[in-house]
Amino acid sequence: MFKCVNGDVEKAVILEFEGVDVPACTGDSVAAALLAAGVADFRQTPQSGRPRGPYCMMGVCFDCLMVIDGEPNRQACQVAARDGMKVARQRGLAVISPEGE
Amino acid sequence: MSYDVIVIGAGPAGMTAAALAAEAGASVLLLDDQPGAGGQIYRNIENAADSRGRYLGQEYMAGRPLLHRLRKSNIDYLTDATVWQVSDEREVGYSHEGSARLLRAPYVLLATGAMERPFPIKGWTLPGVMTAGAAQTLLKSSGLAADGAVFAGSGPLLYLVVHQYLRAGVKVAALVDTTAKANRKHALQHLPAALSRWDLLARGRRWMKDIQRSGTTMISGVMDLQVLGDDAAQGLAFQTGNGEWREIAGTHIFLHQGVVPNVNLSMSIGLDHAWHSRQLCWRPRIDDWGQGSVDGIVIAGDGAGIDGAVAAQASGEMAALDILYRLGKLSIGERDQRAAAPHRVLTRERRIRPFLDAWFRPAGQFRVPNDGSTTVCRCEELTLDDVRAPIGIGIAGPNQLKSYCRAGMGPCQGRFCGLTVQEIIAKETSRAVAKVGYFRLRPPIKPLCLEELANLQIDGSEE
Repeated sequence: MFKCVNGDVEKAVILEFEGVDVPACTGDSVAAALLAAGVADFRQTPQSGRPRGPYCMMGVCFDCLMVIDGEPNRQACQVAARDGMKVARQRGLAVISPEGE
Repeated sequence: MSYDVIVIGAGPAGMTAAALAAEAGASVLLLDDQPGAGGQIYRNIENAADSRGRYLGQEYMAGRPLLHRLRKSNIDYLTDATVWQVSDEREVGYSHEGSARLLRAPYVLLATGAMERPFPIKGWTLPGVMTAGAAQTLLKSSGLAADGAVFAGSGPLLYLVVHQYLRAGVKVAALVDTTAKANRKHALQHLPAALSRWDLLARGRRWMKDIQRSGTTMISGVMDLQVLGDDAAQGLAFQTGNGEWREIAGTHIFLHQGVVPNVNLSMSIGLDHAWHSRQLCWRPRIDDWGQGSVDGIVIAGDGAGIDGAVAAQASGEMAALDILYRLGKLSIGERDQRAAAPHRVLTRERRIRPFLDAWFRPAGQFRVPNDGSTTVCRCEELTLDDVRAPIGIGIAGPNQLKSYCRAGMGPCQGRFCGLTVQEIIAKETSRAVAKVGYFRLRPPIKPLCLEELANLQIDGSEE
């Protein structure tokens, strides 16, 4: 599991991952925050439904696609964690809803 | 709003070019998709406390002067800006804070850097498997490291990240080295030139010695790899030089076999590219100043060929100087005089590359897997057999292959299968990779919301 090597760091941000509070440091990406919380699978592929997690952490592999604040297909490694953000695994293809939910 | 130069990418090349151009009076817009400057090499340098230098090293802290120069310069700099298109008319399409914009400039400098080479082995799609670069990114940007990780592959970055882990006090389960022993004799002919950078060679040796001394398990001459696990990585199986398979447990497996230019943007513009057989990658064709095959589109840094961060800075300087000359802000004499120093740096930095390229040339079985059930296209979940099937019925090349099996058509747009697919076609049809060619890439090169597109703001147009 990933742990912080900089000693005690202040986790000022709390995001909500599928109903569970996940603390994060200011400046952490959503992916970094989830990895630090021990989350390994971020989505299920549209083809086989197999689990995937972040691979490149620099925005080129698109394997960390999640639903962030209701918006699907977000790259969790490119989105900064914000307080109160709601994050969920993307299961299969993105579901586009016309207005909000 | 109009600019003389739009610079894309705030790594060493882009930071240097943007600052230098602005210092000489050009109006500059710098677009970068990260929250802070530095690119991948100096990632999160803005928040790098001295304590992080302890484990990230002096090479990382070398990004600080660049950052200070950038901060002092008078530029417009957008962070978290995603460039999804550049046209051959130098029109840049980007998204920032939920809105999209098209903006044209006389000069567009691409400084989009490098990405890791695909590493198609069995199990490389399992959660827990990441690139060594990803491990380093987590360390630089969040101070995160995984205890008991297995590092596998080849190349300077692999050893550097292991070294940084150890310096940070993190245990590494094993370093599984796939560097082919046969590479050595090809590399030796380039050693005399490389000796001019004995300092870099010595540094590499020191990393290896330190890793050995730490008691980390090191296995070299590894011939094959397979990540173990069903729903997540549980370990790494590897075949040693004498044919024996061994296993090592670990839930974090970090792979690396070198970096290649990230050419998705330069190819989508339609710039000419050439296959570089020594670095086994496509590189845009450029002149000594970085000018590509479309007038006004200039490329600097590792996006034009892998030469490293110091060279990227120098090529950024040269690109900016030539743009300034063409803008009429420098005479040709001033340009040439000021380019002498970065040109010397470039020449010096490039001297070691043929040796490194030969020594760390990724072995054939790690570029095209032997086992047909190995995933090749991660996005579309296609195996080697899936990709080979249409080749058997006589497809003409990578683009026709797409319509038969969708390889390269998922969200990553071929970034992690393109090199593999073209080499599979080359192998199956006994053609040279350069002749097979690459996927035809089209904009948008990054996803863009329809809502953003519908509300697109177009600057500088009369319509």
